[in-house]
Amino acid sequence: MSTTVEAMDKAMSVMTSAELASAQHSRETVGDFTAAEPRMVCRNVDVWYGNKQAIKNVSLDIGKNEVVSMIGPSGCGKSTFLRSLNRMNDTIVDCRVTGSIQLDGEEIYDKKLDPVPLRARVGMVFQKPNPFPKSIYENVAYGPRIHGLTNNKAELDELVEASLQKAGLWKEVKERLDQPGTGLSGGQQQRLCIARTIAVSPEVILMDEPCSALDPIATAIVEELIDELRQNYSIAIVTHSMQQAARVSQRTAYFHLGDLIEVGETNHIFTNPQHKLTEDYITGRFG
Amino acid sequence: MHTWTLILLLLAVMALAYHLGMKRAITRVGGLKQINHLHSLPAYYGVYAALWAGIPALLLLGLWLGFQDHFITALVTAQLPPDLVAAQSAGQIDLILNDIKNLATGNIVSATVTPEIQAAATQFARFEELSTQAQWLAVLALALGGASFAWSRTEPQMRARNRVESVFLVIMVIFSSLAILTTLGIVLSVLFESLRFFELVSPLEFFFGTNWSPQIALRADQVGATGAFGAIPLFTGTLMVSLIAMVVAVPIGLMSAIYLSEYASRSVRAIAKPIIEVLAGIPTVVYGFFAALTVAPVIRELGAAVGLEVASESALAAGLVMGVMIIPFISSLADDVINAVPQALRDGSYALGATQSETIRLVVIPAALPGIVGGILLAVSRAIGETMIVVMAAGMAANLTANPLDSVTTVTVQIVTLLTGDQEFDSAKTLAAFALGLTLFVVTLALNVLALSIVRKYREQYE
Amino acid sequence: MNNTPSPPPASDAPRRTIDIVNASLKRRYARERRFRRLGAFAVALGLSFVVLLFTDIVSKGYTAFAQTYIQLPLNLSAEVIDPSGSREPATLAAANYTKLIRDALRQQFPDLTERQALRRLYALVSVGAGDLVREQVLAEPALIGTTPELWVLADDDIDMLVKGNIDRTAAPEDRRVSDETIGWVTQLEQQGRVAKRFNTIFLTHGTSREPELAGIAGALMGSFYTLLLTLLLSFPIGVGAALYLEEFAPKNRWTDLIEVNINNLAAVPSIVFGLLGLAVFIGFFGIPRSTPLVAALVMTIMTLPTIIIASRVALKSVPPSIREAALGVGASALQTQFHHVLPLALPGMLTGAIIGMARALGESAPLLMIGMIAFIVDIPSGFTDSATVLPVQIFLWADSPERAFVERTSAAIIVLLAFLFLMNLAAVLLRRKFERRW
Repeated sequence: MSTTVEAMDKAMSVMTSAELASAQHSRETVGDFTAAEPRMVCRNVDVWYGNKQAIKNVSLDIGKNEVVSMIGPSGCGKSTFLRSLNRMNDTIVDCRVTGSIQLDGEEIYDKKLDPVPLRARVGMVFQKPNPFPKSIYENVAYGPRIHGLTNNKAELDELVEASLQKAGLWKEVKERLDQPGTGLSGGQQQRLCIARTIAVSPEVILMDEPCSALDPIATAIVEELIDELRQNYSIAIVTHSMQQAARVSQRTAYFHLGDLIEVGETNHIFTNPQHKLTEDYITGRFG
Repeated sequence: MHTWTLILLLLAVMALAYHLGMKRAITRVGGLKQINHLHSLPAYYGVYAALWAGIPALLLLGLWLGFQDHFITALVTAQLPPDLVAAQSAGQIDLILNDIKNLATGNIVSATVTPEIQAAATQFARFEELSTQAQWLAVLALALGGASFAWSRTEPQMRARNRVESVFLVIMVIFSSLAILTTLGIVLSVLFESLRFFELVSPLEFFFGTNWSPQIALRADQVGATGAFGAIPLFTGTLMVSLIAMVVAVPIGLMSAIYLSEYASRSVRAIAKPIIEVLAGIPTVVYGFFAALTVAPVIRELGAAVGLEVASESALAAGLVMGVMIIPFISSLADDVINAVPQALRDGSYALGATQSETIRLVVIPAALPGIVGGILLAVSRAIGETMIVVMAAGMAANLTANPLDSVTTVTVQIVTLLTGDQEFDSAKTLAAFALGLTLFVVTLALNVLALSIVRKYREQYE
Repeated sequence: MNNTPSPPPASDAPRRTIDIVNASLKRRYARERRFRRLGAFAVALGLSFVVLLFTDIVSKGYTAFAQTYIQLPLNLSAEVIDPSGSREPATLAAANYTKLIRDALRQQFPDLTERQALRRLYALVSVGAGDLVREQVLAEPALIGTTPELWVLADDDIDMLVKGNIDRTAAPEDRRVSDETIGWVTQLEQQGRVAKRFNTIFLTHGTSREPELAGIAGALMGSFYTLLLTLLLSFPIGVGAALYLEEFAPKNRWTDLIEVNINNLAAVPSIVFGLLGLAVFIGFFGIPRSTPLVAALVMTIMTLPTIIIASRVALKSVPPSIREAALGVGASALQTQFHHVLPLALPGMLTGAIIGMARALGESAPLLMIGMIAFIVDIPSGFTDSATVLPVQIFLWADSPERAFVERTSAAIIVLLAFLFLMNLAAVLLRRKFERRW
């Protein structure tokens, strides 16, 4: 992992002293952060909010048909990292991302790359369900409509139904597609948001603590859904629940204060953590 | 100016009462050394005495000033020779009384002065003098009486602070109830005069009649005997001017709010937003001047250039300028509601690959719609009630027309016209102004209540 | 290090999506740009209205601050002005100064003898010019017996002509000034007898039917008395009401009713307050109309909601810890408010009051109802003198047909806007100075 040192050298030449002070703490990652069939390849990613560094030199792959979960104590930067994967951080003033993030070999932070089609390929589900104040149907049809994915109403109907089916919501809402999406229960809202994301047929889905606002039953349904979605999509999920990470993901990455401490097969991480910090976290000594 | 002298004197009595009350408290407790045996600080005993001296006297003075005129007028009227009063309408008696008052105060009189009126005027002046003397005596006596009452009650055990505080609390309650009193005053005064108007002119004619010409009597036997009171042309005129204003203000206000809150850089926003809001601080009379002397001629010339006939006081000129006045109103309200739309909704849209304008048009605006509609309703209510611009630029002719290049008149213009000419207080013309005022008040009140409830519901939705 | 990009995925479904997305992207960005440009256009439009309004008013009005005068050698002979030689002010005031000016004018044009022509010649100077010379002589009796070159106030038509507002080349029937008059003025101009001097009359005189004699001093004083009394009434009442509603009021139907009323009153059209003033203050209580007293009462009722709402915001911004601290050391609820909370909230309340006063200063509609549109030449000197206020004066002048009144109206607007600007500036500075972060 010589890249860390190189990055440090590079960093020192261009960073201010304040930035340097926080950059010096970056640690080396334990374990193999590459994937067998990678879709997204991240190398030496730094994320800054103004003078504060939120992500320090993180390298991680997200492979085809796998669920990668990111765990760690709150404020460790896992959500920040996730949001930088489809450039959602662009909406935050003062946020800078350096390093390399590639989707199928394309640099997503390339100046020429347009975030609009990127986000059509890399969808995102948020911590709090955020259905639009529109009908259930219009919520799902929103993405296909703006991108012009369907040619006529029948196709759109079909796509909406298919998406709701995949999200496991069809049976519950098929009778009331014209009612506002905000009237659904929390779990249903979150699945509606997932259906909304699927409707655009993204290649990668990012999920930012998708179950944190849900009750256990709704959580179980969403987790089942995630497992099914793995057949067609690459998924990165941030979670504060280790049990959830263990249940849904194939690989797990442990973040701590902006550093990626350890990454590996999920069952390895939970049964045999290599790093002291990972072990402390998993055994519940802090977090 | 004698009233002001009396008030100053009263203040002096209060100051004296304060001083004596404080001293009395200290003496009664046995000097400064024993001061901690007083229930309250000595100053409170002073304030207690000052309040007793001031409040009853001031109340009496206020009542006296408010009703003195009524009493004297009634007295003088009662003593007028019966042949002068008989066979006169209420309006004419008012005119005579007006003359008497003017004569008594040395002003110019409208009619020739008959000996009866001269006598009544002398009597009026005498009554007034008497009343003033009595008023001085009564007010000062009450002030001194109040002070001495407080003086006699001052004991070390008296809970002076609590009493003073409860008086202050009562005063504050009265102050805050003034809002209700004002509304009540508006409703009662306007309603009362309107009812008298509707005794002369049927509400049916007023609300559904299409002919408005209160100045000219069309036929001798006509209702109200002064003119026609069909208010439909005023309503349509008001609506047309307001509509033109909204057509100008809503798109410009809304789009600039969107641009400034979603697109503009921080520095552009910091400069442009206050400059646009300057428009809200400009007095309406300035807009009226601008409309009448700059915009109207330009429109007329433009119309002439393309072969259209434009009235010199067109609805268009007034509406356009009113629209400019309302722009900052719409933009700052829209800015508020757009900023209240949670970032999570925008994020949800961006995460699906929507562009910024798609997010604004398809997510932010629909989400903010109730708030925006509420803001627009408030703006409409403001446009309907706006007076100076239309008085100066829209004209007096009550045309029932849909042509914005024509001259129209509005409810507010007619209120001003009817009440600023020379006329007696009780004529149908004057009362018509109050009926229009009532209509205006009810409509704007309804719009405001509706708009505020929509906006409040909208705020709760995102809290 | 696995840095090599992976080959595109085999499944063609996602590829299809991104192709569709990319295909329509250009069109979507075009729409984005249109929308954005539309927004920028709206902002530019709003800004240009501000610029247009101000340039229009200023360009029309700045010339009113100068006024045309004609320099004439006035023969202030002692025989005419003060035959007795006593220098009694009463005697001096009684002299016919207009005649002196006319004589001086005739000297300039000795060829004119016909009565009609002379009358037209006399119209070069203002009808009030004699009064102004009288004031000058009274202030400076030493002038008597000399023949000083005095600057005599010109008529408004001459003023407009000199300022270029009347086109000298236009057809004679299209302008208010005849060729003959233009000839006289040109001759005087060539002799250097015509000049524009600072217009003190505008700032020191009351209104007049003659534009050149009309000033805003009366309206300014009327506004001053009205605002002073409004402030004296509305500030204590507003603060008291806010204090009660924010700090003491129990939550019940009565206070709910008060709240609803305050919010609605803030949105009632101002003209309705004029009706209230007419029916209640003038009609019922018999307060003399056209006075600052009745105007201030109406304005107080109008501005109260503004002041109450601003004062409540100011009270809300005082942290509860201050109240708890004061109550904790044994202060009564009222002492807590008056000693600790009010001083901290005062700057915010004052800011609200200034903004309320600025609104009241610009308000005119309700004052039309209560007789403030009477034509009052005298400068008021108290709350119960007949008066008008600056915005109503603007309204009245705007209605006058003389071209010179357009200029004066605009100038009065400039003065009004200057006052409003100063008040708002004061509010902003006050807020900035006392702004506290808790």
